[in-house]
Amino acid sequence: MATVTLTGIHKSYGKTEVIHGIDIDIADGELIVIVGPSGCGKSTLLRMVAGLETITSGDLLIDGARLNDAEPMDRNIAMVFQNYALYPHMSVADNMGYALKIARRPKGEIAERVQAAAKMLQLEPYLARKPRELSGGQRQRVAMGRAIVRDPAVFLFDEPLSNLDAKLRVQMRLEIKALQRKLGVTSLYVTHDQVEAMTLADRMIVMNAGVAEQIGTPLDVYERPATVFAAQFIGSPAMNVLPARAEGRVARLANGIGIETGTDASGDVLVGMRPEHMERDPDGPIALDIRMAEPLGANTLLHGSLAGIAQEIVVSLPGVHREDVMAGSARFRIAPEACHLFDAGTGRRL
Amino acid sequence: MEKRVTFKGIWLPILLVAPQVAVTGVFFFFPAGQAIWQSLFIPDPFGLSMQWVGLGNFEYLLGNSFYRASFLTTAIFSVSVTVVSMAIALYLAVLADRLIKGSGTYRTLLIWPYAVAPAVAGVLWLFMFNTRIGVVTWYLGQLGYDWNHVLNEAEAMGLVVLASSWGRISYNFLFFLAGLQAIPRSVIEAAAIDGARFWTRFRTIVWPLLSPVTFFLLVVNIVYAFFETFGVIHTITGGGPQQATTILVYKVYADGFVGQDLGSSAAQSVILLVVVGILTVIQFKYIERKVHY
Repeated sequence: MATVTLTGIHKSYGKTEVIHGIDIDIADGELIVIVGPSGCGKSTLLRMVAGLETITSGDLLIDGARLNDAEPMDRNIAMVFQNYALYPHMSVADNMGYALKIARRPKGEIAERVQAAAKMLQLEPYLARKPRELSGGQRQRVAMGRAIVRDPAVFLFDEPLSNLDAKLRVQMRLEIKALQRKLGVTSLYVTHDQVEAMTLADRMIVMNAGVAEQIGTPLDVYERPATVFAAQFIGSPAMNVLPARAEGRVARLANGIGIETGTDASGDVLVGMRPEHMERDPDGPIALDIRMAEPLGANTLLHGSLAGIAQEIVVSLPGVHREDVMAGSARFRIAPEACHLFDAGTGRRL
Repeated sequence: MEKRVTFKGIWLPILLVAPQVAVTGVFFFFPAGQAIWQSLFIPDPFGLSMQWVGLGNFEYLLGNSFYRASFLTTAIFSVSVTVVSMAIALYLAVLADRLIKGSGTYRTLLIWPYAVAPAVAGVLWLFMFNTRIGVVTWYLGQLGYDWNHVLNEAEAMGLVVLASSWGRISYNFLFFLAGLQAIPRSVIEAAAIDGARFWTRFRTIVWPLLSPVTFFLLVVNIVYAFFETFGVIHTITGGGPQQATTILVYKVYADGFVGQDLGSSAAQSVILLVVVGILTVIQFKYIERKVHY
């Protein structure tokens, strides 16, 4: 049980700065997801908290104590690695009890705590096996078990589900969330998968090129994205963002179409419209030439373009559509309050 | 999936296997057969006649105190060479594995000695330790130590062990380094987070994961010490002083080509063949069980 505070965390390799100052206060028991595309510095940030990378500048506080220069073993953390990093020559029980053995706990206590964790993770039948005799999902559980047994102040997860198949990933995602709630251990979780971020996070850090684009709850980020990047990264399919000129509460697209936005602005802006917020309306201002439709069952994705604008637009309609909308053209509207406006220069929300 | 190639006829596969069979036949089975055959005779020194003695050569050898002493010498020599070369190589490999800057240069320099032929290596060390003009001998003299491997048996043994291990360190280093780098970084990091400091990590994680490499090197180094150190011993000590550095292989040569006792020499090489066979079987049967692949 602990709070974690990052203040102005920077990381440079030589002259190349890869993380440009991250600040966040993490409350006790909170699950923070760090999400971003590959190479954005999210794993580096996590490894700095773990003590596997040095912190170039800034402060890392766990429970109020500054731990920038502490060895990984002195930070009271546990980490789950992407490739699980199990000790291949040890049995599942030895893997899970390794940290306790190093700490010279009595044998009885080690066995007891390993047993308890194994029970929680349904690993009891496998305690005597070697990691190579387990399936991917089981290995993942052992890695979790190794973290739980230690009863650390902070859990660190480095893309723990990315080596699993899609179905197992959904299942393990729920298990991790349930487990974290039950244990109430402060956690940092790195992923590149925005769905994982949305479902797991109490709050998320959306990272891009070493910068925290937005820190907030999943719904905050979805409903009020702070930047164009956050807007397009969270939500699937990604938000349509079109350049426009704002004239009061109307944004005029390059082909002259005006869209009501509900935000007062002027000059060059970017209009963001989520595909699922666009509705069919025979009198709507947006006339889409539909190029392709993807029926997904629960909804139908339409790909097309606006006359005079090269950029592709995606619309997501609920349910199955067999009729006219599959080909040709259709008109759409969007509610003013569902439009997001961003500054064309800085990409920040207006 | 069936990866085996199946042939229709019998001649093509025979033709493909023939070169390997021919090489093994000419260079192994033929000389080995000759040795076994010759070990049953005593030829006269001029090679004009041979007298059948049955197992007489073996009987004589096993009752001979010089031959039994050579067994002990071989044991001390090969264990020392193996331990010294592997320990130093492992130490250097662990250092090289931690190195980030200049690791290429460091590795290249460490690999060079492997390219030096055993006889040349022997002469090199002989010069350094020459009792009259050797640099090391001179420095040792400055320190008050009178080095003379020509007279002192322990010093002679030490010198041939050193010279034989030297080139071997490079070879072992390469394998240890490759083995260390094959251990996933994250496993080491996980152990670090779990609270294991460097030495604990090495003992509980790195060493067990390195054991296949160590086992392989153990077998290869012992075979090396048994057979391939002839050049070093021949150039440095010639088996002396007395018999202090006469290992079994050297005795095969000394008795056969210097002493002209070809029958005994052949019998010795047969015994050597059996000994190495037994050693290898023991290693694979007992030590390999403790290896984690």
